[in-house]
Amino acid sequence: MINPYLPLEAEVVERIQETPSIVTLRLRLTDPDARHRFYCAPGQFNMLYLYGVGEVPISIKSGPQSFLDQTLLLDHTIRAVGRVTRALVKLEPGAKLGVRGPYGRGWPLNQAQGKDVHIITGGLGCAPAVSVVHELMRQRSRYGRISVVQGVKHADDLIWRDQYEHWAKQPDTQVLLAADQANASWRWHTGMVTGLLDQLHLDTERSLAMLCGPEPMMRASAERLIELGLRPEQIWLSMERNMQCAIGHCGHCQFGAAFVCKDGPVFNYPAVRELLGTRGF
Amino acid sequence: METPDFLPIERLQSLIDTLIDDGFRCVAPQVRDGAILYETLDSVKQLPKGIAQEQSNGRYRLQDTDSPRNFAWANGPQAIKPLTFAPREELWYGELKSDGSLKFYQAPTETEPVAVLGVRACDLAALALQDQHFQSTFPDPYYAARRKRLLLIAVHCTHSAATCFCHSTGDGPEAQSGYDLSLYETDLGYFVTAGSLAGEMLLHRLPLEPGDAALFAAARSETRQAAESQQCQLPQGDLQTLLFGNLNHPQWEAVAERCLSCGNCTQVCPTCFCHSENEVPSISGQSTTHERQWDSCFSPGHSYIHGITLRKETASRYRQWLTHKFGSWHEQYGRSGCVGCGRCISWCPVGIDPTEELAIICKDGTGDSA
Repeated sequence: MINPYLPLEAEVVERIQETPSIVTLRLRLTDPDARHRFYCAPGQFNMLYLYGVGEVPISIKSGPQSFLDQTLLLDHTIRAVGRVTRALVKLEPGAKLGVRGPYGRGWPLNQAQGKDVHIITGGLGCAPAVSVVHELMRQRSRYGRISVVQGVKHADDLIWRDQYEHWAKQPDTQVLLAADQANASWRWHTGMVTGLLDQLHLDTERSLAMLCGPEPMMRASAERLIELGLRPEQIWLSMERNMQCAIGHCGHCQFGAAFVCKDGPVFNYPAVRELLGTRGF
Repeated sequence: METPDFLPIERLQSLIDTLIDDGFRCVAPQVRDGAILYETLDSVKQLPKGIAQEQSNGRYRLQDTDSPRNFAWANGPQAIKPLTFAPREELWYGELKSDGSLKFYQAPTETEPVAVLGVRACDLAALALQDQHFQSTFPDPYYAARRKRLLLIAVHCTHSAATCFCHSTGDGPEAQSGYDLSLYETDLGYFVTAGSLAGEMLLHRLPLEPGDAALFAAARSETRQAAESQQCQLPQGDLQTLLFGNLNHPQWEAVAERCLSCGNCTQVCPTCFCHSENEVPSISGQSTTHERQWDSCFSPGHSYIHGITLRKETASRYRQWLTHKFGSWHEQYGRSGCVGCGRCISWCPVGIDPTEELAIICKDGTGDSA
């Protein structure tokens, strides 16, 4: 029987300090066979294990294309916020850690084919969405218009600015950025991300929205999109809960009847709409 | 039902001897510290002969009687769940090599055959639920190995406690399935039926004699009387819809005034599956053990996420436990997560009875509070 709890060894190849508290670790599984077998869909996550400290679920930023062309680096963008992540972000190139995954259901790329895709993210919610944008760009002709909307609390929190500027230059692609608090060099929207949704080129018949970020932001965005004419079924969002096993056994990530780790993290909005605004779930 | 063969009470030891001869560790109920616990046994003398039980909200007491019976009580705080889902166990261990590399090794699985004598109908139903949870999408190798080695000998209940409500959940007092062998207890001995091939083979090796039809009819009617004597019951209706339609019911706050958020209910519950994973590094730092341990939705850490505790208040924790156990279990595993054993009532230090809370929360249908 396969042991679903056992991590694989990986090595930090590169460490990128994105902001004072956000670090991207680029990882390579040390076993070539494991590297060869590894495949993930955009929106899935890995459990990263720091020796002697513990495990945390972190979304996989790399798109599937990187595995197909055998560069095989697993990019994980981590915010130092808890016991494990504060130590994890200190790892330097050459350091070893454990990886198990990928887990969960990713973004609905099949349903997105032939449709306009609107990706709306807040804060570090952009990390699980980057892989899907990469995938949409890689198979550009399969999709309609693409919009990428990202909101941050403070203008200084925006990471991957070059990436957004690059996407903004692509055909049929709209990039909208918002910061609640701007700084001197901020040339985009000041305010909440929901304030940008009116600017979307929204063809309500052939659109699909993918949301990732803090729950109040996702809820407000989803409800605004519905006001703008989308049906709830056209909206997908990525949820987060305490995850310790990642395989639906430990019980911590339950959200109503769903185990976020295996039934999600990406859910169709109608499945979570009722409970999303209820405190304590 | 045809009259099963009969094992006279003075020959019960032969069942235990046969199991031990076959290489099983025999686990059976015994009195420990004023409660009935399931522990290793080799003699019928260790069984709780003549023990009667009084259970009520926040109360559990044993009494000695002159009864020749060994199973004239309902249950103890714990039965067979720890035999498959260990309260604490190693999942894997890791080593840090001198070159900085890491090696991971899976923990050995337990394979020692274990026969449990005296399994109750509620606990068999709970085991079937735990099987679904741990052996479906991602089979758990540790649970699976422990489960595979179990031989289960049920004893149908004849003495419900005041806290029992297995009749209303449809799980007892007579065990329906999930056992290898089952026993109907009388003052004179046991009617024995097989529920599996392994049980059938064991049955044929016991010194049985033909059973008396009238005595068997009386034995079965005792299980029916045990059902009729039950005072607690689950409210009728679609509890999932009723609970999720009453998420803002004032009773959540009312129960939180009494609830200590201690988690006793979840620790004695035979279906609760939550567990935490913990890292236990050696003092030298050269090796580390990754363990899991039973957790509870009443602990602050259960809903922790990136610096936030989602369920800070007892009301939200109690609501999580009740809406899950009696509500979302239906969607997850096709039935309620409650088997009516009543342990959560007896072992709650303040005597909260979830069936009473459910009755209040669900009595007016779905409010528009959700």
